[in-house]
Amino acid sequence: MIYADNAATTKTSRAAIDAMLPCFDTVYGNPSGLYAFAQQAKEALEDARARIARCLGCDAREVTFTSGGSESDNQAILSAAKAGAAKGKKHIISTAFEHHAVLHTLKKLEADGFEVTLLDVHENGIVTPQQVADAIRGDTALVTVMFANNEIGTVQPIRAIGAVCREKGVPFHTDAVQAVGHIPVNVREDNIDYLSLSAHKFHGPRGIGVLVARKGMRLYSLIEGGAQERGKRAGTENLPAILGMAAALEEAVQNMETNAAKVGAMRERLIEGLAEIPHCVLNGDRNERLPGNVNFCFEGIEGESLLLLLDDKGVAASSGSACTSGSLDPSHVLLAIGRPHEIAHGSLRLTLCEENTPAEVERIIDAVREVVAYLRGMSPVWRDLVNGKTPFVIP
Amino acid sequence: MALYSEKVMDHFRNPRNVGVIEDADGVGEVGNAKCGDIMKIYLKIGGGVITDVKFETFGCGSAIASSSMATEMIKGKPLADALTLTNKAVTEALDGLPAHKLHCSVLAEEAIKAAVKDYYDRNGIEYDPSQFPDCGSCAHCCV
Repeated sequence: MIYADNAATTKTSRAAIDAMLPCFDTVYGNPSGLYAFAQQAKEALEDARARIARCLGCDAREVTFTSGGSESDNQAILSAAKAGAAKGKKHIISTAFEHHAVLHTLKKLEADGFEVTLLDVHENGIVTPQQVADAIRGDTALVTVMFANNEIGTVQPIRAIGAVCREKGVPFHTDAVQAVGHIPVNVREDNIDYLSLSAHKFHGPRGIGVLVARKGMRLYSLIEGGAQERGKRAGTENLPAILGMAAALEEAVQNMETNAAKVGAMRERLIEGLAEIPHCVLNGDRNERLPGNVNFCFEGIEGESLLLLLDDKGVAASSGSACTSGSLDPSHVLLAIGRPHEIAHGSLRLTLCEENTPAEVERIIDAVREVVAYLRGMSPVWRDLVNGKTPFVIP
Repeated sequence: MALYSEKVMDHFRNPRNVGVIEDADGVGEVGNAKCGDIMKIYLKIGGGVITDVKFETFGCGSAIASSSMATEMIKGKPLADALTLTNKAVTEALDGLPAHKLHCSVLAEEAIKAAVKDYYDRNGIEYDPSQFPDCGSCAHCCV
């Protein structure tokens, strides 16, 4: 199998597994205990926190462990909203193509009387600092813009957006789930107030993540029941996962340049190879994108059947078609960049990592070409396009 | 558990009766590209019997499998059988479909009926219009 769905999740690295294993049967104390054995676990916990903080360019006290990106997004947004509301500020700025962990939380806040402005992300999938500056009002409680998009991989000008927010005194959250471990992310230098990340996107284990809240930023607990994480997140710490995450993050950060160069080169070849298929379009900016992300729409076919046939050919990928999303509408990300419904249904996301090889990329290109041609051969939509009965949307 | 039954995967991987009948006696097309499914059925009819049937589908795995199975179920059968083919029968023949995919079997039923209706219209054969629900009667679509 060629695994090309690394934006969904990644293989846990050897370093992460090795860091986790002792926690199950050797350092298994509860960090809250007072005896030496428990304190050994506490030390491991705080050591991991410090190492993670170093990787992110923040203070260890600013790191809160959560169950992952979704929880971090929820907690950051709800905390900033509550803090804002206390000062009479009930306006939040975000973008149209955020992850649902952000969008659904914002929907909930709208029902509670908040006003939400979702910025346009343009056809290239990038929001500008100027848009953010123009949208900020006196009652803006929070700006939340993702670092890199999970579907089309576009990287946002986070540092400049953070600078705008800092200047206007508005808290700034970024969902950095797809960015951390893949491209440089530095909480301090990038002017970030709240940051969400998830370990399993960079070869760490699942079910663990971080919420960074810069000193002075309010954090309200979503889960009550204990004093863990300075009372900001109750529940016995998931020490194995935390140690696995620390190991994976350090490894990813250490090898970032090498990996990005290798993965980026494969991405370029993949884009070049797929672009030769007639009537297809790359989704998201050509350059400002994650090293491993490739996302295309192919006119005249539907994404789910494309994925199933690619699976038969040994390629694991994903799509933004309605059939794969479990809803009736195709991906909100593709709609946000202006792709019409019928085009968005025919999308394919391939996300590579450093374990993929150039030979695999060639096999992916061949497989996609064959499957697209085959499905077009049985598509009445394609027939109408080819016969000139309906105009092509993608030239 | 796999997403689809083996029957569905078989008809999806090796669809029967894919193609076009250039001199078809009846053609039916249902669905909407905006919703992600379009099915087109071509019928060749002789002596009240469906002598040949072909389909083209733009859609997900279950849409392709439903088209394939539905064409198999009416090929060589009297025209009346095509009108009594239900989406339930198609679904059962496929050993079931996931709940959110049942609509694909509805499309197959409707596409076949639309093709029969086209045949009736072309030949001035009278029929009861209520036998032929149109695409708009289905609440599935996003349009």
